[in-house]
This record gives sequence, structure tokens and C-alpha cells, in this order.
Amino acid sequence: MKKLLSLLSFAALAANLQAGTITVKGSDTLVILAQKWAEVYMGEHKDTKIQVTGGGTGTGFAALQAQQTDLCDASRKAKPAEIANCVKVFNGKRPLEYKVALDGLSVYVHPENSVKELTLDQVKDIFTGKTKNWKEVGGADAPITVYSRENSSGTYEFFKEHVLKGQDFAASAQTQQGTALIVQSVMKDKNAIGYGGAAYGGGSKLLPIKKDETSPAIAPTEENVVAGTYPIWRHLFIYLDPAKDKGEIAAYLNWIRSDSGQKYVKEIGYYPLPKNLRSN
Amino acid sequence: MGIHRGHQARPGEWLAEKLIFLISLSAIGMVLLIFLFVAREALPVFFGQTDTALIQPVIPTAELDRHSPAELQRYLELTPEQFTTMDKETIKTLMDVKIEALNDIPENFRNDPDAKINTTEWKYLLRPHQWSGYEKPERIWQPVGQIKKFNLIPLFVGTLKTTLIGLLFAVPLAVGAAIYVSQLARPRVRETVKPVIEMLSGIPSVVTGVFALIVMATVLQHIFGYQTRLNAFVAGIALGFAVIPVIFSIAEDALTSVPRAYTQAALALGASRWQTAWQIVLPAALPGVFAASVLGFGRAIGETMIVLMVCSASVMSWSIFDSARSITTTIAAEMAEAVNGGPHYRILFMLGALLFAATFVSNMIGDFVIHRFKNKLEGKR
Repeated sequence: MKKLLSLLSFAALAANLQAGTITVKGSDTLVILAQKWAEVYMGEHKDTKIQVTGGGTGTGFAALQAQQTDLCDASRKAKPAEIANCVKVFNGKRPLEYKVALDGLSVYVHPENSVKELTLDQVKDIFTGKTKNWKEVGGADAPITVYSRENSSGTYEFFKEHVLKGQDFAASAQTQQGTALIVQSVMKDKNAIGYGGAAYGGGSKLLPIKKDETSPAIAPTEENVVAGTYPIWRHLFIYLDPAKDKGEIAAYLNWIRSDSGQKYVKEIGYYPLPKNLRSN
Repeated sequence: MGIHRGHQARPGEWLAEKLIFLISLSAIGMVLLIFLFVAREALPVFFGQTDTALIQPVIPTAELDRHSPAELQRYLELTPEQFTTMDKETIKTLMDVKIEALNDIPENFRNDPDAKINTTEWKYLLRPHQWSGYEKPERIWQPVGQIKKFNLIPLFVGTLKTTLIGLLFAVPLAVGAAIYVSQLARPRVRETVKPVIEMLSGIPSVVTGVFALIVMATVLQHIFGYQTRLNAFVAGIALGFAVIPVIFSIAEDALTSVPRAYTQAALALGASRWQTAWQIVLPAALPGVFAASVLGFGRAIGETMIVLMVCSASVMSWSIFDSARSITTTIAAEMAEAVNGGPHYRILFMLGALLFAATFVSNMIGDFVIHRFKNKLEGKR
């Protein structure tokens, strides 16, 4: 009898947990920020439980389609196939998209590299392997070593679509597991070039980028990214089932996009949404 | 089967025996199930049932009523049950999404001849193709992007390159150490050297990988002065460290199990210790040493973490100072983001099946040779 009671109370507890838990899954780029948000929000709202896991944007969408998560963190826009899969399980509704932060992607080189700036086209040529020597872009006579991310990363896809204009990375580009490892490699290799979130730059040189030959070179600083003058930036998103955008979840999303949520964005190394974007 | 000692086995013993039998049976079952699962996921690629052409024909949403339900169901990739439970609005939304997908394709890919081909056909998987933007026909592994390129050859080359370098480095060292420890070393030395080498196998491969990535890569570049810091050579040497204990312990066993009589006879006839070890014991144990190398090969080809951390650019090049990308690396790095059931996912499973077959065959050869060798030494032919 006692055993049965304890079992029952356990089941009740589990059910209780289920009711007040918001699950978040997706992008590894966003996971640290999402954890920070969850931690602070749970501190302020004792009855809400938020569970955050990473795994990658694609993994997040897979979970969203299987209705195993409430919110999906994404470092890129949903692909048509992913939208279609969501439509099938969301009773004909498209997934709802919220922009939650800005991220500027910077181009890293070794601190001793004499190159001062690059145009977008030069960056593209370097990463596609067309430009092979630093002297072609105004540097020393030395071959360029290109570092890139694994193709499972949202950052890789963003860079390929928007900077390389859909062209392939050079086959010789060394892929690394994370942005921190890219910085690590760039710091060890005088002729290296890599890319990743501006927040990770630590010690390497972040090259100012020119949109084209005639425009000024813009450094990846907060004001330039937020103002949209720095040319390589992206939104970070949260996707969810529109039917779930109410009650606790809606309150959480509103909080994320309010001043109180956005002030943690900078702490993690991304940039807060400009005021005009916060109301979606 | 059973315990035959001239009396009936006790019920406890009988039960224990059956339990052990069941457990071993379940292990075999597991292996079979894993293989079946991997093979099932990979089969559509073998039969050419996947299509990755970027531009697919679309049906305008307004023409919804002109098409039969069966056509629409196939067009929207729905199961019959899904299709019948959906209302018209949902179908329309799905058709809209299809059209948006087409409109999303950047201008420069619209007229690209590559946009119409199915890149998962065997000729694109194995043979070079002149993709637009490339100067000559090339084998490219770039599975993410507008035009998905799945050529497998760079991965095979990468795997072989790192594995062979690893073996070339590990086999002489490990076999040399085994000869020394089993034949020449004094007992005191043997008692320390043997466990220390075997302890190498206790180092997690992630740790070896980090060490190779941060320390070895830099040191080796200083010594050899090659251009690419992270390349197949560094990965191969690091792999060697993982393989040495495997080869060492099996080769050492093989050398020690050569009958003492051989050694004694050689020494009695006036051979030096070195001559005995090199000309008598090693040839007698050669099948065992060979089997050790084959098992080492299986370990090296299946190793993931080290290669993943040290080098992973899918270059089509046989040069050992160029980077490489192995099959295991590819699966580990890309599986998490491959759309379930999509062509990329299926191709990764196919690579897994091939790898499974390769390690299975090499382990079988190793095992077979060891048994032959044991029987031969024990005089059973």
C-alpha cells in the first residue's frame, strides 16, 4: 500500500512537472544564451521550469516536427522542407518565427597578418579557393590556409549562402568542430583565415570588411552590427507551433524580447535586437 | 551441449549455462539488428530512389482542383492517411511552401545545368564531374548547400591515407617493442615496460586528439616544414598511438606462445639471443604478428575522434601532407544535422555500412589467422 502511494505521488509529481515545463531545443550557437535566459527567467518565475538542450538547428527542427519540444532555437531561417513538415503536424499552420538576437560574423586572421581590410568579394574568393596567396589581397607573399566550420553548423550554411553566394568552400578548407577551435588554429598559424561569431575573436585580428571596392571598411563592433552597416550579420530565431504561443510560453517569449531579456544577449557575446524589431 | 561429468547437471548449473547462452545469443542478435538497421536506411541510395535535383516541377496552387488526389499526394510527399485527414487549406499551404521553395533558389542557380541533376546517382557518387564554377572535372564532397555534392572517393582516400600512415608508424614500433619485451628484456624491465605500453590503450582518444591538435601538429610542422598544419600525417601519427597497444599486446602474446623448446634449441646450437629472436621466434610467430596488424587496421579505420579533431577537409589528394577526411569523421560530424530520411542521411548510413563491412572483414581475417596459427603451433592441423 505504501509502495503504491509513493508510486502514485511520483506519477503526480511527474505530471506536475510536465505541465509547467517549457522545453527548448536547437542551435548550438544559441544554446548558451538560451540557458542564460532560462536560468534568469526561472529565478524570477518560480513556477516555470525551462529545459534547454542544444544539438544543432536541424536537430531542433526535427524535434519541433515530432512535437518533442515547445521552442526551437535556430541560427538560420527554416528550410522549405522543414516548414512543410511543420505544416503537416501543426494542423495546417506554418511555424511561428521570432527574431531573438543579432549576430555579426567576423573574419579572423593571425594578429601579425599585415592585411588591414578585405572586400566581400575578396573574402569570397579566399574561402572558395580562388585566391590562394596573401599577396593577391595586399599582404605578404605567403599561401593562405583556410579554416571553416563543419557543414552541420548553421554558421557554415549562413556563410556559404550569404558570403560565398552559394559556391562551394575550397576543398582544402580545414573544418573545425567549433568557433573556439577555429580561433585556436588561426592563432597558431600565421597564414590562416577563419570566420565565426565576433564574440569568440579572443586575441586574433578581426578584419574590417568593405561591402564593395568603394565603400568604407567597417569593423564588426556592436554599433556597426546593430546599425546594419557591417555587411556580414544574421538574425537568431526561435520557432514554435502557433497553437502554443499563449500562456506561459508567450510570456517567456515576450520577456526574451523585452529589455530585461535582451540585456543578457550582450553578456553572451551576441547583439540585442534593435528596438523596432522587438515587436516582431 | 551441456556439462558431461557422468552425472546429471544440477538445476542451478543448468540455469546458469542457459543464461550465459542466452546472453551470447543476444549479443549476436544485436550485431545483426544493428547491421539490418544500417542497411535498411542505406538501401534507397543503392536502388537510386533518392532525388536531390534542386529544381523540381511545381504545381501552381490555383490548379489544385485540376489534379487527382493521388497526384497531389505524391507531389506533396504525403502518406495516404495523412492526405485524407488534411483539409483543403492545409494542402494549399503545403503547395504554397513548395512554390516558395522554388522562388527561394538564388538567381544564379536557376539556369545552372547542375540544378537539374540528381547528385545521388552512382556516377556522381564515384566519378568526377565538371560542376559549374570548377575548371575541370572533380570529385567533390560538399553535401550541404544548393547543389549537394556527394562524391565518396575523397572520403575513401582520406580514410585509407590516415589509416595506412597510422599502421606504417605503429606496426614497426609495436612489433619491435613486442620482440624486445618478450625475448630480449630482463624480467624486471619486462614487468615495467609491458603494462606501461598497455596503459596507452587507456588514454581516451579525445585526449590523444587534443594533444595531436595542439602540441603534435605544431611540433611536427617545425620538424618537417610542410605547409598545411593539420594534415593526414599528423592524424596518422596520432592514430598510431591509439593502435600501438592493440598491436603490441597481441604480437607479444604470439611471440611468448612460441614453444620454449624452439628458443632453447637455438640457444643450445650457439645462436645469440638476437639471432634466436629474429630468425627463429619471429618467423614462428609471424601469423600472430600479422593478425595483430590486421586487428590494428580495424581499430585504426574505425577510430573517429582523433581524425575528427586533427584534420577533416575532404581534399581529393594522395599527398600525406595534405588534409584528409575519413568516413568516421564524416558520419560523426554530419549525422546530427542531416534531415531524417533525406539523401544526405541515407548516404551517411551507406558509408556506415561500408565501414562496418570493412572492419568486419579485417577482424575476421585477423581472427582466422590467429586460429590457424594456434592450431599449427599446438600441432593440430
